Amino acid sequence: MKKSFLLPKSLKNVDTHYCSGCGHGILHRLVAQAIDELNIREKTIGIAPVGCAVIAYNYWDFDVSEAAHGRALAVATGIKRCRPQNVVFTYQGDGDLASIGIAETLHSANRGENLTCIFVNNACYGMTGGQMAPTTLRGQKTITTPLGRDPESGDGWPLKLSEVLSVLDGVCFVARSSMSNPQGVKETYQYIKRAFINQIEKKGFSLVEVLSSCPTIWQKTPIDALRWIEDEMVKEFPLGVIKE
Amino acid sequence: MSVKEQKTFCFQVKVNRDKCKGCQLCIFYCPVGYLVLSSRLNKKGVKFAETKKDNECIGCGFCYLICPDACIEIHGKEQDKEK
Ligand SMILES: Cc1ncc(C[n+]2csc(CCOP(=O)(O)OP(=O)(O)O)c2C)c(N)n1
Ligand code: SF4
Ligand code: SF4
Ligand code: SF4
Repeated sequence: MKKSFLLPKSLKNVDTHYCSGCGHGILHRLVAQAIDELNIREKTIGIAPVGCAVIAYNYWDFDVSEAAHGRALAVATGIKRCRPQNVVFTYQGDGDLASIGIAETLHSANRGENLTCIFVNNACYGMTGGQMAPTTLRGQKTITTPLGRDPESGDGWPLKLSEVLSVLDGVCFVARSSMSNPQGVKETYQYIKRAFINQIEKKGFSLVEVLSSCPTIWQKTPIDALRWIEDEMVKEFPLGVIKE
Repeated sequence: MSVKEQKTFCFQVKVNRDKCKGCQLCIFYCPVGYLVLSSRLNKKGVKFAETKKDNECIGCGFCYLICPDACIEIHGKEQDKEK
């Protein structure tokens, strides 16, 4: 059994702007921990998204670049191709990765770019005040689906991007986890580590989708928000390794 | 508590109260109820999580894992240094 739990060195010990109970904070720590454990801090370059995590570079203590909304994987492709010795990853929300940036996402994955992609699925657009995201659940109320998302009336079905990407030949690893309980957090960590190791071993494109809490937009207490992930989100987005 | 006699390590839980946003996830997941919400406010103006007086921590790390604000560290120490 592990005897001490200390903050990773790749994470700055500072206050974040995230709402109370927001999943982004947990995921920032896991990414930092994986980088520490693999001893790749000096050669890692992260790409921050547009979305609530837009200033992730204020919280991580390694090199991070910013990309225009949805273009993180295009920027990552450029950096990785110029600097193959670096470990390059993107950290993107569902609006960023699966909506405005879906073309960049799909083609980076299909080209088998040797990258690590961390996909934060919180079933909404957080930063802009809670519009429907492609991942919004059926019946889920958002400010653009005030009566609940209705696939039959043109809102579409929750986009299972991990499953979609898993069929592409360039993709070597796809997994989905949930940060709704400590066990899920541990599992998420293992997937992130594997996704980094795949890149170090030049295996191609790895995607880790993480179901993450957004208590503010969901209008729930932090604890109820985690329960909602377990009761509702995992029904639409089953957990586990999808491709390896 | 019988848990205390079985363990060979004692665990010191440190909560950074000023980083805490009072989400209470650590309190919810602590299996032994060692964490509670303070009645006082931190510099953000929120009630923060704190440890109870008697150290009941079993070192599971759940609070560390679930804390969204990286407020918690757990230091495992030899039994005889228990406080
Ligand atoms: C080109 C462009 N279009 C739209 C926006 C507005 N915008 C900012 S963040 C965002 C969505 C963010 O949602 P998501 O990626 O799910 O991240 P979250 O905030 O939920 O973490 C949008 C539409 C923008 N910044 N740039
Ligand atoms: S709006 Fe949601 S995703 Fe954004 S910081 Fe708040 S809880 Fe986190
Ligand atoms: S390590 Fe486990 S037992 Fe100790 S305070 Fe945290 S949750 Fe409670
Ligand atoms: S989980 Fe972290 S932020 Fe939330 S109450 Fe506990 S110490 Fe505070």
